Amino acid sequence: MCLGIPGRIVEVTDANDRVAIVDIGGVRRPINICFIVEDGRTPESYVGEWVLVHVGFAMSHLDEAEAARTLELLHELGEAQAEFDAMRQTAPP
Amino acid sequence: MKYVDEFRDPVKAQTLLAEIRLLSARITRTRTRPLQVMEVCGGHTHSIFRYGIQQMLPDEVEFVHGPGCPVCVLPMGRVDDCVALAERAEVIFTTFGDAVRVPGSRKSLLKAKADGADVRIVYSPLDALAIARKNPEREVIFFGLGFETTMPSTAMTVIQARRQDVTNFSLFCNHITIIPTIKAILDSPDLHLDGFLGPGHVSMVIGTTIYDFVARHYRKPITIAGFEPLDVLHALWMVLRQIDEGRCEVENQYGRIVPRHGNPSALAAIQEVYELREFFEWRGLGSIDHSGVRLRESYAAFDAERKFAVPNIRIADPKACQCGEVLKGVIKPYQCKVFGTACTPEVPLGSLMVSSEGACAAYYNYGRLDSPEPAVAAGAPA
Ligand code: SF4
Repeated sequence: MCLGIPGRIVEVTDANDRVAIVDIGGVRRPINICFIVEDGRTPESYVGEWVLVHVGFAMSHLDEAEAARTLELLHELGEAQAEFDAMRQTAPP
Repeated sequence: MKYVDEFRDPVKAQTLLAEIRLLSARITRTRTRPLQVMEVCGGHTHSIFRYGIQQMLPDEVEFVHGPGCPVCVLPMGRVDDCVALAERAEVIFTTFGDAVRVPGSRKSLLKAKADGADVRIVYSPLDALAIARKNPEREVIFFGLGFETTMPSTAMTVIQARRQDVTNFSLFCNHITIIPTIKAILDSPDLHLDGFLGPGHVSMVIGTTIYDFVARHYRKPITIAGFEPLDVLHALWMVLRQIDEGRCEVENQYGRIVPRHGNPSALAAIQEVYELREFFEWRGLGSIDHSGVRLRESYAAFDAERKFAVPNIRIADPKACQCGEVLKGVIKPYQCKVFGTACTPEVPLGSLMVSSEGACAAYYNYGRLDSPEPAVAAGAPA
């Protein structure tokens, strides 16, 4: 819940509500990106970028190396598993 | 030293450790007690244990594990309130998975679910909102908890609920806020901290300048730290260097994620939806002024506490529990009388055993494996 999981923005499905599909360790699910979209940039311009996702919201940008390290750390801490499970259960098929 | 090769950059880790040894020896030459540095965040606690960082450090440096795990500090009365809400026939009670095992005075949410209450684990508050849209004839409550890291997300969910006019959704708000918490720690008389590792992801939202009072007013160094073991070592070295040079500043080791002024739109969402409570009850720590938030009047229709009668009874922690003393760093987890006997991760008595970020669970899972400390201390006078 507190650590967040890195994911990559795949496509924007609702520019108004700032909803994007984010690939998080192979699970694709809708994530709200309202907190990282800056003034003057469209939500679509973020496709392909890495973000840190906390409870369904992208909270920060990451570079790819940082994302890879964070995923590895979460894996070693055994921290992400419960969140992945919850994420899978609620991800649309 | 056996974990150092697991570090991303073992050479850098060794260098930092050597520097830490040098600095701490120099600092403690003129003092009689060890240097105590508190890591405020449960994520750091977890990293420190997983990588055996305390065991790598010289004896004169000690980590004190702070109350930074929001699940851990949830008082029993609040869990009872959750259970009471969940047991209402019309309610679907939604929560993060971390919270379902926290013991209440009667039962946990997990037990309530087994007994027939409609308790559902969700990944995001937005999932709870979706459940509300799909089940208009039911009342969907989301159990909001966490520090500023999760606060913007529940705030935005409530904003969306209002915008979409989802009237059967409400939030049971148990969010806590970090700054008054750190203040309370700094004001507590039985504490002798020399410095802090500041929380990483909370600071990603609130920024770093907000900690200025720690350095200016309380004259304690604080370094915002990332979660990799190398980050923790690096940040600890930065704190020790401040102490050695007689400086008290807010430093940011986690600049790659934490901007100086935080995340403006996340802060705006918090501001829009929440206001400070006069006080909030913590497990083991008692009541801390202004440490919790509630929904503003303008969002009253989405506030589970206003919508339903919540019992809100204060329940004393079980007598045998010493969670409070552990949280304040007065005793180590293994010095609690029920540690590992009446209180284990499988059957937790206190909440520090519940989450992997709780100090007791961390000691139980990692501490005993590679530290002789607990065994020695068990026989030693307290
Ligand atoms: S062992 Fe259990 S009761 Fe004792 S301090 Fe830890 S969590 Fe609390």
